[in-house]
Amino acid sequence: MTTEIICAGFGGQGVLTIGKFIAKVGMTEGKNVSWLPSYGPEMRGGTANVSTVVSDEEIASPIVSFPDILVALNQPSIDKFAPSIRPGGILILNTTMCPHGCKRDDIVQIAAPLSDIANEIGNPMVLNMLAIGVIIGKTGLIKYESMEADLTSYMKAKNPELLELNLKAIKRGIEIGKS
Amino acid sequence: MAKILMKGNEAVAEAAIRSGCRLYFAYPITPQSELIEYMARMMPKVNGVFLQAESEVAAINMVYGAAGCGKRVMTSSSSPGISLKMEGISYLAGAQLPCVIINVQRGGPGLGDIQPAQGDYFQATKGGGHGDYRLIVMAPSSVQEFADMASQAFDLADKYLNPVMILADGMLGQMMEPVEFKTPKTDAEIADMWLQHKSWCIQPNEDGDKKHHHEINSLEIDPVMLEKHVNKLYEKYAVIEKNELSFEKYNISDDNEILCVAWGTASRVVKSAINEVKAQGKSVGLIRPINVWPFPYEDLCKAIGPNVKKVYVFELNTGQMLDDVKIAVAGKVPVDFWGKVGGVVFTPAEIKEKLEQALKE
Amino acid sequence: MQVIATRPEALTDVPFTYCPGCLHGVAHRLVAEAIDEHGLINKMMGVAPVGCSVFAYKFFNMDMAEAAHGRAPAVATGMKRARPDMHVFTYQGDGDLAAIGTAEIVHAANRGEHMSVFFVNNAIYGMTGGQMAPTTLPEMKTTTSPYGRKTDDVGFPIRVCELLDTLVAPYYIERVSLLSPADILKAKKAVSKAIKYNKEGRGFTFVELISTCPTNWGLDPLKSRDWAKEHMLPFFKPGCLRDKGAE
Repeated sequence: MTTEIICAGFGGQGVLTIGKFIAKVGMTEGKNVSWLPSYGPEMRGGTANVSTVVSDEEIASPIVSFPDILVALNQPSIDKFAPSIRPGGILILNTTMCPHGCKRDDIVQIAAPLSDIANEIGNPMVLNMLAIGVIIGKTGLIKYESMEADLTSYMKAKNPELLELNLKAIKRGIEIGKS
Repeated sequence: MAKILMKGNEAVAEAAIRSGCRLYFAYPITPQSELIEYMARMMPKVNGVFLQAESEVAAINMVYGAAGCGKRVMTSSSSPGISLKMEGISYLAGAQLPCVIINVQRGGPGLGDIQPAQGDYFQATKGGGHGDYRLIVMAPSSVQEFADMASQAFDLADKYLNPVMILADGMLGQMMEPVEFKTPKTDAEIADMWLQHKSWCIQPNEDGDKKHHHEINSLEIDPVMLEKHVNKLYEKYAVIEKNELSFEKYNISDDNEILCVAWGTASRVVKSAINEVKAQGKSVGLIRPINVWPFPYEDLCKAIGPNVKKVYVFELNTGQMLDDVKIAVAGKVPVDFWGKVGGVVFTPAEIKEKLEQALKE
Repeated sequence: MQVIATRPEALTDVPFTYCPGCLHGVAHRLVAEAIDEHGLINKMMGVAPVGCSVFAYKFFNMDMAEAAHGRAPAVATGMKRARPDMHVFTYQGDGDLAAIGTAEIVHAANRGEHMSVFFVNNAIYGMTGGQMAPTTLPEMKTTTSPYGRKTDDVGFPIRVCELLDTLVAPYYIERVSLLSPADILKAKKAVSKAIKYNKEGRGFTFVELISTCPTNWGLDPLKSRDWAKEHMLPFFKPGCLRDKGAE
């Protein structure tokens, strides 16, 4: 089984981090993983995207042409990547920043005002954790426990408050993913 | 040791340090910046030398000086910077100095762009600098292989007294994959490594009156002597061509209808496409040269199965390894080529389409 | 038999290949004597340039590297960083150091790289047959400035000591000449001081030696020295520009 994910959004929304955690935690669960970012001017504030592959087999190409999952944190990401989602695939979209949404009806769409929810939780920075939660809730691609263990391992001592906020955001994301 | 998720640029730097590299000279350029930054952070922690040179030209000449002292030394850059290093690379090859050079290729020619490309194959394998010389050129296709090649490259450089280039690209540099590192060499092991070069390298005179006079040099003004020197180099290259062939066979069988040839990043995309056509009951094989110089001419020719209609070369350039493949195939079957350039990387879907077309022909 | 003078230990017995009247031999000898004087023969390494003194790697009796044109300071940087227990010098001419190698010398000096640089300036490219150098004087005729160096077209000669003196890091910068026995004695002191500071690990030391090129200037050795005194010294004024050890 191979799952191919594209995460996209504005630079600064933490899309690269979403992919990184999926890859890192997938690795700790014994899966093969790859993480391939867009690089260059995007990291200075434009649109950023990252291709992440999680697989039980050896990963051939780390380039994702037709994602199983697209996490779109802004409208340009939907315009660019939603047409290539595999039929039956999943689109996780941040309605706060995706005013036009996506017209496709052959995919599963999970739409939620993720930026607003992040602000409600108390920090816009947890947007990426919310998105990870949605992926966990919807697909079970990685386990919440592995994610919690990873974050705890380096955040508990340094920044326990932020750790709590992150875990709260992931749990909230899982609820959204399951509903 | 547990696996670590790491960018190729950082993984190869860490692996080089573990292999005993304690001298690194380079100049910043995208998309290899994480490599120079990693060295800047880590070299001081192992009492190594990190120096940001004033140019790629200066960096490769610092490598020349350090290699002349028999020490493990490395530099890295990306395509335009490698062009600048070519003068020094020719001198290193002429003076028979061991060192490792990493090229994280990007789109060209000229300033080009900063996306992954394979346009420096000719430069790496056919010269690039002036004069008759060869580099050993290794082409990784995963972060793990990129890291593993660091120690292999130093060993080959020391064994053959020749510069070794690792020819990666922006994708391998920027991509993160799990990587497992070898146990680092100890300080004591590293301190003694240069002794294998004691007979020729720069060192203090500790033998009293039996003073040595070692010359690190690529100049030989007498043509007869230079001819001897170049012939000696070519004898060495012949040994390398015999001993250091390295390639991967992927899905090679007598059922193959097409034999693909691809290297580095491109080969991974081709593998994905091969898997997809395999699911449709079609057999396509792949030869991936791991070392692109020396090139596995004979083994490539032997891999052409009885049912192969075509050898199909896929590269992220306009057909550079293609020339070597044609030499290897020697007219046995038709050779076709498809590539993407300018930093555009082909997708598995595009390669699959090309294979499907060819299978129908 | 009494020995009055002998070859310095820091020179090999390979005969010099310089033109009659050339001062490279004197400059080589000064460097070698200084290395002997400070007892560095077993811990010194050197870098030869491209130019007339390209074969310097054969003449100095220690481990030597032959650098690409202009790159000697970069090569010496690599050597010193690889062998901090040793000492290094470069020996370069004006084309090598002040034209193609400008970046390398400026940045080695700017890093305060631990090396001694001996810069022989004779205002011309000797080995390639008398072309214009970055130090060629205004109106001076060379094979590539056959009507004289026109400053409105190709600028003025570069004063390297003054250029390097704008940098913070260098420890010692002095310009001397090799044009008379008295000048050579002064030059000997400067070269010796540079090697002494090198031995003490003080940092970047630089000695410019004003020299001649009888062959390409088309003058006999004595007349070429007079010409240099008359034309070069007013532009390239001898003197110590920087000596942090004397402060």
